[in-house]
Amino acid sequence: MNDMSATTDLAIAMRGVTKIFGKDPQTALALLRAGKSKSEVQAETNHVVGLDDVSLDIARGQIFVVMGLSGSGKSTLVRHVNRLIEPTAGEIIVNGTDVLGMSLDQLRTYRRTQVAMVFQKFGLLPHRSVIDNVAYGLEVRGVAKKERLHEAGKWIEIVGLSGYENSQPRQLSGGQQQRVGLARALAMDTDIVLMDEAFSALDPLIRSGMQDQLIQLQKSLNKTILFITHDFDEALKIGDRVAVLKDGAVQQEGRPEDIVLRPATEHIEEFVRDVNKARAIRVRSIMECGATEPCDLSVPTDARCEDVLPLFAEHEWVGVVDEHGTQIGRITAKQVIRALARHTPAAAA
Amino acid sequence: MVRNWGDEFEAAAYPLLMLLKAIEDLLVATPWWLIIVILTGIAWLATRRWQLPAVVLVSLLFLGVMDLWKDAMTTTALMIAATLTAILVSIPVGVWMSRSLRVRQVITPVLDLMQTLPSFVYLIPTVMIFGPGKIPALIATIVYAAPPLVRLTDLGLRTVDPAVMEASRAFGTNPRQRLLGVQIPLALPTILAGINQTTMMALAMVVIASMIGAGGLGYQVLQGIGRLEVSRGLFAGLGIVVLAIIFDRVIQAFGKQLQARIGMQEAR
Repeated sequence: MNDMSATTDLAIAMRGVTKIFGKDPQTALALLRAGKSKSEVQAETNHVVGLDDVSLDIARGQIFVVMGLSGSGKSTLVRHVNRLIEPTAGEIIVNGTDVLGMSLDQLRTYRRTQVAMVFQKFGLLPHRSVIDNVAYGLEVRGVAKKERLHEAGKWIEIVGLSGYENSQPRQLSGGQQQRVGLARALAMDTDIVLMDEAFSALDPLIRSGMQDQLIQLQKSLNKTILFITHDFDEALKIGDRVAVLKDGAVQQEGRPEDIVLRPATEHIEEFVRDVNKARAIRVRSIMECGATEPCDLSVPTDARCEDVLPLFAEHEWVGVVDEHGTQIGRITAKQVIRALARHTPAAAA
Repeated sequence: MVRNWGDEFEAAAYPLLMLLKAIEDLLVATPWWLIIVILTGIAWLATRRWQLPAVVLVSLLFLGVMDLWKDAMTTTALMIAATLTAILVSIPVGVWMSRSLRVRQVITPVLDLMQTLPSFVYLIPTVMIFGPGKIPALIATIVYAAPPLVRLTDLGLRTVDPAVMEASRAFGTNPRQRLLGVQIPLALPTILAGINQTTMMALAMVVIASMIGAGGLGYQVLQGIGRLEVSRGLFAGLGIVVLAIIFDRVIQAFGKQLQARIGMQEAR
C-alpha cells in the first residue's frame, strides 16, 4: 500500500531495471544475478551489460541528473523511460502507468503525449525549416496545421530564435540547433522532458547559457526533467538531485551537495576532487540552525558558498534567512572553509 | 508452356506495350522544336546556369542535323517506358528490402543474377514467349536496368541518419510516418542516383534490344555494322551517347539541387 501511494507521486519510477545487449540476455542475466561483474559477464558470454539493477525515484517538478562517463549506461538508461530500448528485466512506471505493459499503439500515444526528448546530436529533420521541426511532434500527434505553427512560433520565441523560423537547420550554429531541439520538445507540452547529453556538443560559453535558460524554464514551467550528462559540474549546477552511474549501476544518488560532501565511492571522489566546491555546496547543508543574534547581512538558504565568500572579507559570520525573510540561523567563515577544504588531496594526505 | 500460356503472357504485358506506345506517339507527334524548348528549359531549371542548357541544345540539334531525330525519339520512348516501370517496381521492392533482413537476403541474389546474367540469355525466353517486337525489348531493358535502383533505394533508406530516425521514433511516429516523413525525403538523393543509373543502363540496352525489334538508334547501329556502313553506325552510336549525356546531366543536376536543399552536401 505504502509503496503504491509513493509510486503515484513520482513522475518516473524505475525498479531493478537491467539491460543486457546480446543474443541471449537471459543467460548473461543469470550470471549477473549470481554476482559477476560487468567485465566478467562480457568476457564469459560476450554480452554487454548496459544497466545493472537500476532503481530510481524521480519526483515531479525536479531536474534529475544522471551523470556518468561514456560507457556507463546513462544514454541507455534515459532511453528506457520512453522505451526506445526494452529492458531485460525490471519495471518502469511513468505517471503511475507501467510503460512496459503498453501495447505498441499505447506506446505511441504515450510518446506523443507524455514524454518529449532532446538529443545530443539534435536529431533535427534536415529537410524541414526550423518552425516545421519545432512543430514536428505536434504534427505527429495530429494537431491542425494552424494551431501547431502558432504553438511552434511561441516556443521559438521563448528559446530566443525569433527570425529564424524559415531557416533550414544546417544554416544554424550548434547552439541554435539545440535550441530548436529544445523548443521541439517543449512544444509538446509534456510533463516529462528527457534530455540526453543535450548540451554536450556545445561550446562551453553557449552551454553555460543554455544551462541557465533550462533552469529558468524549469522554474516557470515546473516540468520533470531527466537530464543526462558526463559533466559533473553541469550535473551539480542544474540538478535538484543527481545520480552517478558507473558500469550500468547507480553508485550514489542524492542532492548535489550530499554527493560533494559525502562521496560514496572512490570513483565519485575522483570527480569531486576536480569540482568547484564553492559552487556546488549550498549554505543550507552546512549552516548552523537555531536562534542567533540578528545580523544585518544575510543570505537565503539556497545560496551557494561562492555567493557567501565575499561577505567574509568584512564579517566573521552572516545570517541565513528562509524564504519569508526571517533569520533561521547563521553561517561562519570557519564552517565554509571546513566544507570547502574537506576531501581535497592535501587534507586526505 | 509457350503454346498454352502465350496469350496470357501477352495480355499481361499489354499495359507495358500501351505505355511504350503512348510515350512514343507523344514524342513523335510533338514538333521537334517544342521538345528542344522543353528539354533545354528543364536543363535550365535544374542548374539555373547557361552551360547545361547549351549542351542540351547543341546535342539535340546534332540529332536533328544527322537525321536521327525519329530514331532518337523511339529510343527515348523505350528508355522512359523502361525507367518508369523500373521505378514503379524497384522503389517498393527497395523499401521492402530495407525493412526486413530476410527479404534482403532473398532479393540480393536475385538482383545479382539479373545484373550478371548476359542479356542474351533472357532475351531468348522473352522472345520465345512474346515473339520479336517491342515487348521483349522493353522487358529485357527493365530486367537489366531495375537492379541498381532497387539496391540504391534500399541503401538510401537504411543509411538515413540513425539519430534522426531515433528522434522521430521518440515522438511517437508510426512506421508509415517515418517512411514518408523522414526516410524517403532523406534518401531521395540516393534514390535519384539510382534512377540516373537505371536511365543509363536502359540506354545501354538499346543496341541489344534493337536486335529483337526495338528499333530506334540501336537499330541504326546494328544496320551500320551489318552493312559495314561505318559512318551510319558511328553517328547513331554518337546519338545514343548524346541522349545519355542529356539525361545523365539533367538528372544529376536535379540530384545536386535536392542534396543542397536538405543539406547533405556539406555541413556548415
